[in-house]
This record gives sequence, structure tokens and C-alpha cells, in this order.
Amino acid sequence: MSGDMRLASRYLYGATIALLTIWVLVPLGLLLINTLSSPEAVNAFPKRFWPEFDLGSLRFFAGFDGMIDALFNSIWVAGLTMVLSILIGAPAGYALSRFDFPGKETFRLLVLLTRAFPLPLLALPMAIAFIRLGIDDTIFGLGLVHTMLALPFAVLITFSLFSGIPIELEEAAWTLGCTRFGAFCRVVLPLILPGITASAIFAFVISWNEVFAAAVLTIENRTLTAFLLQNLDTSPLHLKFAGGFILVVPALVFIFAVRKYLFAMWGIANR
Amino acid sequence: MTINKQLSAALSGLAFLIAASASHSQVLFWSTQAKPVEEAQAMRDQVLSGADVAVDYQPNDGGPWLTRLQAELAAGSGSIGVLGALHGDFAAMDTRDLVDLDDLGLEAKSATFNQLARLGTQKMQYIPWMQASYIMAANRKALEHLPSGADINALSYDQLIEWAANVMQATGGAKFGFPAGPKGLKHRFFQGYLYPSYTDGVVRTFASDKAVMAWEKFRELWAVTNPASTGYSFLQEQLLSEEVWIAFDHTSRLANAFNERPNDFVAFPAPAGPEGRGFMPVLAGVAIPRTASDMAAAKKVVAYMLDPETQVKTLRATNFFPVVDVNLPSDLPPAVQAAGDAVAIMSASEDANPGLLPAGLGNKGGDFNRVFVDAFERIVLNGQDIRAVLDDQKKVLSAIMEETGAPCWAPDAPSEGACPVE
Amino acid sequence: MRPHLLPWLLILPVTVFLGVFFLAPFVMVAKQAFVVDGVFSLGHFAQVASHWKFPIALKNTLLLALAVVPVQLALALLMATLVTKMRKGRDLVLYIWTIPLGISDLAAGIIWLAIFEQSGFLNSMLVALGLGETPSVLLSYQSPGMVFLAIALAEIWRATAIMLVILVAGIGLIPKEYHEAASVFGASPWQRFLRVTLPLLRPSLQTALVLRVILAFEVFAVVVALGGSLFPVLMSETYAYQFELLDSGGAAAIALVILGISVAFTLVILRILRVPKGAQA
Repeated sequence: MSGDMRLASRYLYGATIALLTIWVLVPLGLLLINTLSSPEAVNAFPKRFWPEFDLGSLRFFAGFDGMIDALFNSIWVAGLTMVLSILIGAPAGYALSRFDFPGKETFRLLVLLTRAFPLPLLALPMAIAFIRLGIDDTIFGLGLVHTMLALPFAVLITFSLFSGIPIELEEAAWTLGCTRFGAFCRVVLPLILPGITASAIFAFVISWNEVFAAAVLTIENRTLTAFLLQNLDTSPLHLKFAGGFILVVPALVFIFAVRKYLFAMWGIANR
Repeated sequence: MTINKQLSAALSGLAFLIAASASHSQVLFWSTQAKPVEEAQAMRDQVLSGADVAVDYQPNDGGPWLTRLQAELAAGSGSIGVLGALHGDFAAMDTRDLVDLDDLGLEAKSATFNQLARLGTQKMQYIPWMQASYIMAANRKALEHLPSGADINALSYDQLIEWAANVMQATGGAKFGFPAGPKGLKHRFFQGYLYPSYTDGVVRTFASDKAVMAWEKFRELWAVTNPASTGYSFLQEQLLSEEVWIAFDHTSRLANAFNERPNDFVAFPAPAGPEGRGFMPVLAGVAIPRTASDMAAAKKVVAYMLDPETQVKTLRATNFFPVVDVNLPSDLPPAVQAAGDAVAIMSASEDANPGLLPAGLGNKGGDFNRVFVDAFERIVLNGQDIRAVLDDQKKVLSAIMEETGAPCWAPDAPSEGACPVE
Repeated sequence: MRPHLLPWLLILPVTVFLGVFFLAPFVMVAKQAFVVDGVFSLGHFAQVASHWKFPIALKNTLLLALAVVPVQLALALLMATLVTKMRKGRDLVLYIWTIPLGISDLAAGIIWLAIFEQSGFLNSMLVALGLGETPSVLLSYQSPGMVFLAIALAEIWRATAIMLVILVAGIGLIPKEYHEAASVFGASPWQRFLRVTLPLLRPSLQTALVLRVILAFEVFAVVVALGGSLFPVLMSETYAYQFELLDSGGAAAIALVILGISVAFTLVILRILRVPKGAQA
């Protein structure tokens, strides 16, 4: 490859990354601009492409009763969803990738079906059962529903990642005297940390952004999303944007906090 | 941390997660109204804070509202104390699920509203809570384009169309706005405004020749309507952004425009057709589901909502008008003043032809609305033949009327038995 | 422990959990679709399918998924390959690209409407650049193509990250030696991608594609925000039956149609992207 071509492809490479980054960031930037603008500016035409740093809309939400409680409820539910979906889902993912057993494909389909049926219809029988069982309006109850939503992600992602790890690695460990469990812990677990992280991210954002079940199944223990999001569409424009922004931030902080684990074991996989 | 400490911390965390909410010392007010975040906040801070029972006001979208309510009714117990919703929402419910409220001795000023609130039974199933209507609003910039000789407080549909056409010619864009979006209240326009104004009926005249004329008129209006209207559900937004200069919508869905820029907008009555100036009220009510845990407290809340002072506070918070006699203070928000004046002129106009809310349709209210929405989408958006569409939709409407046996309501002439589609 | 019991033991928790929290309520809801006045009947399906909007909603849903998912797949693959080759700033770029994951579909609808509405950012830019004097109506019944494009763009923006994260985690597991070996034999980067990366990525590709396709058939909030009443999809019809017409039998029937389509597509994808026996050992 000539030097010129290498340079050109380097530029192309950089430009593509820059372009994709802009594509992702621009709509988000517009959300930020509208969040930090006065109601007049939000409604004006042509729109400004630079915020005027008017904090009025954000201040409105700061004075909103129950925001902090709702925020913590959301975090609890999302955390519970994360833990449960990985604890329950990962073993199944491992089983799917390592064993042949009758009904395996059916099982996989069943897991997927949970995401192929609209939750708002399932919410009614669930709510009836939850009220009868006394877990209605609890963080635990909502966490269970969100776990159901996150499970297919957890099962399938861990399945696909376990499948990517040659069984020879495990077998090598067995021959060196490790038990199946020991081999799993020492060899496989570190390798699939990125997969666990991906599942965790999904579980978190699924729970964080879920409105319908949260609105039906929590009353006094509302999540932030149920508290804010479902009423935003009828609210004035400037509050729509500010409310939307407030909901986005915690999810972004979470992804930021765990992002490096997506690459954590990079070095090992690429010895 | 020792293992023991960790364990006990984990356990207490779990206990926290599982613990059902403490005793319901608050009455849960489960509502489909006053949903916008600042209205909800105003309901809590300014209206319900004055009640002598603690009230937790939670407005919801129709979907979650209904699902939660159905779940509590099916489970036989629940946390909802008071329901707030539109007449249509209550009409769709089984009246056995609502507590009879006659013993409260509360009622609205309007006998019609009280009759509606009985939902076909002998007793009040809900108490009328607040009312509104649909009106027109315009940007003052549009006023100079009014057709010559037109009185903004007594417009005809022809004049409205001409006006919107003038504005379109002057600005280069269609500036009439109509709430045809997914959450828009377009069906109410057809049921309460277009049909009464052109056919002096809604059900009987659904597929009449006059109805064909009404739809032809609407097509003319649509030609000068902002085509983005199919995404509009709250015209205050488009008035403020000036995508739209002239608009039809629910008074509370226009309110922000007047409150934010009171000097830029005018409110005025809906236009009139050959059969008069059709218009329709919006009625919201409060009710108590049979599963309410603290019946006495819930009744207290209902009574509190009907208190004249509360009604004025509610007006300020939600732009919905009182249903009982009140002394209106002079310092009301601009939206309330503007809308109040427009509704007063509309009701007092010589050619007023008020329609009632559909009654007796039970849980077919949604299907009834869909007949009109489907007619709109087929005739106006898809350009299908008016006569053919009306004849087709007529079958659906007839089936609904026969199944429910609902008698005619104004402006249709009274019927014996189910209201016939002629 | 007897080894052949192990897989069953491992899938037991998921099975029990989904049985209780999905299957039980699902059976109750699905039953409603097949019962009219207390007897078994396909009446709900017939009634739902005969409504004039149903074929339109079905077509819209399928077309949107067919337009959006392949683009997302290509984009996610491109992003994943680019990001794995980065030496500096990999964390940051990957983070930015995954941001839309944290944005709910309702919020995404609000954001994209602010771009495409008549007084929105896109028109502001066009006017500022002198490409138009007055803002034109972009989302209207007169320009169904534009409405479709806007919805598709918003969906691509919002939901590509789902695939990206899965693929990135998967690519990380492909041993470098394979690439090195391929280079030694003179494979171009494109050949290496085609012959090494793609086949080894198959399990992740399968997962990403299946999950994305299933979610695509349930698209709702973004469509409603941008398409208004112009672009009915199956999910919006489900909502209309359940909450406006109060017809839970009809709603369940449409939901089962969504389910059926999802199952069909899932089976096709699973067949095409079969994970080879070797990898499972």
C-alpha cells in the first residue's frame, strides 16, 4: 500500500468516526439547547442553535414534589432488575451455548416471546395478581416485571458470548485439574465480563425507561419515569424538553460508569 | 465489613424493597385530567393542599389509568380513593363498580350534567366536577385578513374558510390548525360542531344529504388547513410557534398560548352553519370506585372538589370551569378570561345550537368516536367518495346504536328506543 | 452431580421465572383473542383484520422494520469494527455511540419532532442557509415519503446502539491470531472482515438481529410522535383497541399477530445465522 493511500484511508477512517459521532450527538445537542432555553426561545422560529442558558425549565422540575424519591425508586428498581436478570439469565445462556438438550430451540423461542408481546396488555393480569399477592406498589414487584423484560437480553447476550469462547479453553482447565465450576470461574467468567456488562446496561436502561408497567404497578413508590415521562407529551414544549433531559442524564451517567468493562478483558481475548 | 454486617445490610435492603407501602393515610386521586406537569403540580400545591384529608393527586394517560382501575376492581381491593375523568370514561364503566353518591347531596348547577352523571341509573354515579368547551383562537396578526363584513364573534363556516384562505394567500402557508393528531380531539369537532351546524343532528343525520354537504365544506376547510395538522393534538403549541394562526381546540389545550402571550391571541366562538352554531361541552367528573379503602375520606375529597372556593382554585390550576355557582374573581389568568368570554358569547348567540355529550353508549363510546374519525380519515385524508364512505360507516353506527339501545340526544330529535340512523 | 442434569438445572430459574411472570398472564390475555361470548371463535381476528386500517398498519410495520433493521445492522457493524481498531479514545467514542441506548422512545420522539416539525430545527437550518424563505411542512399527509424517512431516521438513531453494544462485546472475543493469520496469507481488510470477523461473530449477530427485529415490530412512541395519525402501525392499533375501543379481545388478537410475525422472522434469522456446531463443541 502506498503512503498516499494509507494516508487517505486514515483520513477516511477518522472522518467516518467523526461523522457517526456527530450523527449521534446532534439530536442530543438540540435537546440540550431546548432544555436550556426560555419558553419563548423554544417556541420561536427560526430556532437558535446555541442555548441561552436559561435555567427556568430545569428550575421548575427542581421544585417538583417527590422528584428525589422517584429518582431513588428508579435506581432501586433498575438495580434490582440488573442483578436479577443476570443471576437468572446468565446460567441459561451458558447452558444454551455448552449443551445440547431436547427442547433447546423451543426454550430459546419462549425466552424471545417475552419481548414479542406488548407489555401494556400483560399489565392488567399482572396488576391483579400483584394486588392479591400484596407486592403491588413495591419496588420489588416492579423489579420483577422489569426483570422479565430484561431477561431475553441477558439470556441471549450471555449465550452469544459463551458461544464465542472455545470450549477447548474450559477443557484445558479441566485437564489441569479444575472442576467444571472452577474452570468456569477462572477461565470463562473473566472472558464474558463484557457480556455481563452489556446485559447490565440493557437491564438498567430497559428498567429506567419503562413507563407503562411502572405507571400501573407503582403508586406511592413511583419511578421517575412514571412520574415524569407519561405526562410530558401534554406539557408545554419547554417542559417537555427539560423533563426529557432530566430522564436521560442518570441513564447516561450509568452507561458512562460501566462503559470500560465492555472492553475490560480486551487484552486477554486478544492475547 | 464483616460477613454478618453485610448480610444484615442486605436483608434490611431486601425488607425495604419488599415492604408494601405503609398504611394508605393519603387518598389516592387517580385522574385522567390536569395531566400536564405544571397543572398536576398546581392541583397538588394550590387545590388539594387545602383539603382536610391528605390527597395524593396522580394524573395518568388513559391506558395506565384504565389498567390500574380494572386491576383493582378485579382484585377486589386497591389504593384508588377518588377517580377523576371525563364523562365518557365513566360512561364506559360498569355502574356497579362506582359507588352511588346521592347521599353526598352534591350536584352541578346544570340539571343536564346531573342527569348525565346518573349514567342511566337512578342515582349519581359520579359528581360533575368541572367543565370546558371547544373554541376558536387566533393570532392577532390574522385579524387583518378577516373577510370584509365578517364579525369574529359571529363567523360562519364559509367566512372561516375564506379567512383561512386569505391568510394562506398573504403568508404563503396554510395557517388554520385542526387537532387531527393521535391524541387530538377531532371526533368532538365532528360530533359537536360540524354535524349540528350543518345537519342539526349527529346520529339520525349521519349519512344524510346535509351530511354530505358538511363533509364537502370540511374538505374546503381542510384545503386551507396546515397539512401538519395530522400531528397536532394541543393547538397551543402551534399557536405559540406560529405554525398556525387560527385554531380550533379544547379550551384547556389552548390555555398556554393565552397565558404566555396574552396580548398576541384572541379567543372567539366556533363558526355557524346553515343549521346554527353547533357547540359541545366537556364534562369531567369525580367518582369513587367500590374498592376504595377509606370510603369516608374519599367522600370528603369529592365534597371538597365541589366547594365553590375549590372550584375557583381548580379553574386557575386547570383552565376547567366550575360546575357550581361561584363568584368569579377578577384576577383570573388570561386564558380563563379569554375562553370564558368566547364560551359565553357562543352560548348566548342567537343561532346557538348546543349539542349534548353522547349518552347511553356504555363502553361503545370509543367505537362511536371511531366512526367519525374513520369517516374523517377516509374522506379527507384518503380522498374517498363521501357518499360511499358515509353509507359504509352508517352500518357501523347503526350497529352501535342498536347494540346499546341509546336514545337520541340533542340536537337529534328524541327517539323511542335506540336512536335510528336515517 | 450427573452431567446431563446440569443444563436443565441451569435453565430452570429462567423457565420458572418466565412461566410465572410471562406465560401465566400471557395465556390469560391470549385466551381473550379466541373467545367471543364465551365460546371459541376466530371472530376477533376476523373483525380486526377486516377493519380498513389493519392492512395499512401491517404494511407500515413490516416496511419500517425492513427499511430500518438492515441499515442498523450495517451501521452497527461499521461502528463496532471502527471502534475496535481505535487505539486512542476508544472508550469515549464507544460511549458516545451508545448514548441513544439511554434514551427512551418517548423522549426520542420528542427530540426528533423538534427537528422535523414545521417550526423545527431542520427548517430553521434550511431558512438560515437560504434554502427556503418560509418553513415548509415536512410531516404532512401530502408527503408520506418524508414522514416515513423521518420515522426511519429517528428509529435508526435511537435503536442502533442496541446492536452496537452486543456486537462490540462479541467482537472483543475474536482472538487476534485469526486476523494475523489471515493477514499473513495476504487477505485484505475487507476479506478479513468477510471471512474472519463475520463468521466468528455469528452468535452475536444472531442475537442482535433477533432482538432488534422483535423490538422493531413493536415500534410505537417514535411513530406516533412523528407520524401522527398518518402512519398507523400494529402497536398503535393494539393500543386503540385496548384503551379507546375497550375491546381487549381485539387488542389481544392484534398483539398475537405481532407475536406471530416476530416468531416467523425469528425462526428465519435463527436458520440463516445458525451457530455452527463447532463453536458449541
